[in-house]
Amino acid sequence: MFDFFIEMFSYSFLARAVIVGLLVSLCASLLGVSLVLKRYSMIGDGLSHVGFGALAVATGLNAAPLAVAVPVVVMAAFLLLRLSESSKIKGDAAIALISTSSLAIGVVVISQTTGMNIDVCNYLFGSILAMSHADVALSVALATTVLVVFALFYNKIFAVTFDEQFARATGVRTGIYNMLIAFLTAITIVLGMRMMGALLISSLIIFPALTSMRTCKTFRSVTVCSAIVSVACYFVGVTLSYAAPKGLPTGASVVMVNILAFGAFCLVFLCKKLLVKKRIRAEV
Amino acid sequence: MPLLMCRRAVFGYEGEAAVSALDFEVNSGDYLCVVGENGSGKSTLIKGLLKLLAPLAGSVVYGDGLQPGDIGYLPQQTPAQKDFPAGVYEVVLSGRLGSRGLRPFYSKKDKEMAIENMERLGLTSLANKCYRELSGGQQQRVLLARALCSTRRLLLLDEPVAGLDPIVTGELYSLIKQINDDMGVTVIMVSHDIHSAIKYAKTILHLRSRQAFFGSAQEYAASDIGSKFIGGDSNV
Repeated sequence: MFDFFIEMFSYSFLARAVIVGLLVSLCASLLGVSLVLKRYSMIGDGLSHVGFGALAVATGLNAAPLAVAVPVVVMAAFLLLRLSESSKIKGDAAIALISTSSLAIGVVVISQTTGMNIDVCNYLFGSILAMSHADVALSVALATTVLVVFALFYNKIFAVTFDEQFARATGVRTGIYNMLIAFLTAITIVLGMRMMGALLISSLIIFPALTSMRTCKTFRSVTVCSAIVSVACYFVGVTLSYAAPKGLPTGASVVMVNILAFGAFCLVFLCKKLLVKKRIRAEV
Repeated sequence: MPLLMCRRAVFGYEGEAAVSALDFEVNSGDYLCVVGENGSGKSTLIKGLLKLLAPLAGSVVYGDGLQPGDIGYLPQQTPAQKDFPAGVYEVVLSGRLGSRGLRPFYSKKDKEMAIENMERLGLTSLANKCYRELSGGQQQRVLLARALCSTRRLLLLDEPVAGLDPIVTGELYSLIKQINDDMGVTVIMVSHDIHSAIKYAKTILHLRSRQAFFGSAQEYAASDIGSKFIGGDSNV
C-alpha cells in the first residue's frame, strides 16, 4: 500500500496534479455550499464553458492559458451574476446562451488554429498532464488566496447566503459579497478546469455541498463536511485513475467517486429516517 | 425629535409609485402597526424605511441618533430558507454582523448577546437544532432573536405571523408586546391581522397605495375607514 503511493508520487506530473487538485477541490467545495444554497449552481456550469472558450483562444494566440482565462472568466462571472439578479432577463436562459456561445467560439478557434485534435478532448474532459511547473505555482498561490478570503469572510458569506434582505437591512453591503463569491468561484473554476475538464468541473462545486446537506444540519458542519468529502473524493478519484489497469480520465473518475459518496450519504439519511420512524412507532 | 419621520414620501419601483403621500412619524417606544390590503404598498414602505429603496419624492429622516445599522429587521421568509441547513445559534448570531463592519469574526460580547437573546425568547434548548426543522412559530422566534441582536432601538417586522396558527400567533404577539414594553424597543409591524393590530399596537397606519389613516389605535377603531376594514375583515 505504502509502496504504491510512493510509486504513484514518483511521477512528478501526478504529484503536481494531486497538489493543485486537492487545493482546487477544497476551494470548490467551500464556495459550493453558498452557490448551491443561493441557487447559483448553474453559474458554475456556465463559467466552465466560458473558461473553455478562453483557453481555446489563449492556445490559438499562443498566450499563457491561465493569464487569459482568469480575467475573462471573472468578467463572465460578474456578468452572469448581474443577469441572474435582474428579473427582466431570465437568468437560466442567459446562462445557457453565454455558455453555448463560448463553447462555439472555442471550437471555431481551435479548428482554425491547432485543428480538432486531442487538445479539444483534453479541454472538455480534462487531462492529468495539464499542470506545468509555472501553473502549479500560480495555482497554489491563487487557491491559497481563495481559502484565506473565504475564511475571513465566512460569517458574511453565511449571512448573505441565508438572508440577503436582512443582511442588507443591517448595513452589510451584500452586492460586494455576491461579487466576491462570484470572483472566487471564477478563479476556482479556471484553476480546476484543465484537470477536471470544462464539462466536469462544476461537479466539484455542486456534489460535495449536496452530499453533505443530506446529513448535516448547520452551515458550519455542512461547510466542514463538504470540504472533507471533496478532498477525500478527489484523492480517491485520482488514485483510481492511476491504479485502474487501463487508466481512467481523472475528471471522470473523480466525479464517479463523488456520485458514490452522494449515494452513500443519501443511504445514511434514509436509514436515519427509517430508524426515527421505527422508534416513534415503538413508543406509540 | 422623533425616531423616524416620513415627509410627503413616495416609494415605488422604476419610477412608478407603489405608495405615496406618506406623512407620519414614529417616536421612541412607539408600537406602530401598518395595515392595508394586499398590494397596498406595505412591504414597499418597509423597504423604504430601511433605506433599501430611495424615496421617489419627499424624504425619510432618522432622528434621535438612529443609524441605518440600528434597525432590527424581520423579513418575510424566502423559499430558499425552507431547506437551508443553518443552526439556530448561527442564525441568531448573524444578527450581530451589521455592527462588525469589516472585522471578520464575532467577539465574545457578540456571542454573549446572541445567547442572551435566545434565552429571552425561549430558544436556548433549540440552540443546536436545524432552522429548517423548526415549526413556523419557532422559526419566527429565531428571526426575532436575530433582529434583537442587531438593535435595541427599532424593530421592523414584515408580517411576522403569516401562516402561523392562532395560538402561536397570540404567543408571538405577546412576545413582541413584551419586547416593546419591557425593553423599550420601538416596533413597526406590517400585519394582516387587524384585530390583533388594534389590540396590541399604540398607533395604526392604514395604506391604500397612499396613506389613508394615521393615528392612535382607539381613533382608528372609531374612524370610518377603520370600522369598515375591521368589519370587512370579520366577515371573511
